[in-house]
Amino acid sequence: MRIGVIVFPGSNCDHDAFHAAALEPGLEPVWLWHESRDLAGVDAILIPGGFSYGDYLRTGAIARFSPILGSVIDFARGGGPVLGICNGFQILCESRLLPGALLPNAGSRFVCRPVRLRVENAATPFTHAYRRGQQILLPIAHGEGNYYCDAKTLAELEAENRVVFRYVNAAGEAAAGGNPNGSLANIAGIVNRAGNVVGMMPHPERAVESALGLADGAALFHSLALALALPAAGAAPAQGMPACR
Amino acid sequence: MKAWVHVSLKKSVLDPQGKTVHAALQRLGYGKIAAVRQGKSFELELEPALSETEARQLLERIAHEVLANPVIEEYRVELQPTETGG
Repeated sequence: MRIGVIVFPGSNCDHDAFHAAALEPGLEPVWLWHESRDLAGVDAILIPGGFSYGDYLRTGAIARFSPILGSVIDFARGGGPVLGICNGFQILCESRLLPGALLPNAGSRFVCRPVRLRVENAATPFTHAYRRGQQILLPIAHGEGNYYCDAKTLAELEAENRVVFRYVNAAGEAAAGGNPNGSLANIAGIVNRAGNVVGMMPHPERAVESALGLADGAALFHSLALALALPAAGAAPAQGMPACR
Repeated sequence: MKAWVHVSLKKSVLDPQGKTVHAALQRLGYGKIAAVRQGKSFELELEPALSETEARQLLERIAHEVLANPVIEEYRVELQPTETGG
């Protein structure tokens, strides 16, 4: 199954993402260039981290209007699995495929370190190889990862179990001490209502083999390989997945 | 015709940059500054043929779709007053 990795001017995690996908049996990564509208028949799309178009205007704001994003939006609306990591998450929010926005970190600092996360939703195409409630370690590296949405949206996200990852402290609690950037409700990643578009600030692609120090991100790519192997995957991946819980 | 679009974070949204600037002003002794919000401003040059109404509609649209993210930001459109009469 082919996974397209989008390359914008300023992407800097694209090769890591490509490498991480290539490590997973059953996933064949291919590059997708930002100026193209052609998705090359991919089965899933990964929008990598970096500073697309220099993050001018706002993080992810210019990327949203790139030719490839038009195709990505159509693909996502058709039920295709899309993952946005870091800048990719910011782009998904700017394009309204995901609700909310990423603000500058509450501490005004770029934060680059491993963080502890709790998997809150293990029923997405990108997380079902994890257990719900499982704690994992993944690196973050961002200056604007402070997730924000209005109260109504937050209530919907919580009620519909659409928070996918939450920052937690060493005791596994989503408390202030475990929150690296001021994100609302310690949110590190969310999924759209249809269940096929996931955005997250932490970098699973930087944690896929022991040589990197952390390997908890490998299960995310394994999840995708399993999801795409399901019979329903081609037509409507979200419907082929277990019910949300 | 010249126009400006001023974009700033909504009041309900934390503005760490504004807070940092405010703290710096306090340290420098400017104690009478009660708060600072940081934003950005765009200066646009419009085709002279546009009427003021058309210009306002266009600017509102650009501000809403591109220059500001309405989830977190608010904006204000300002048109350079046109000179009338001879």
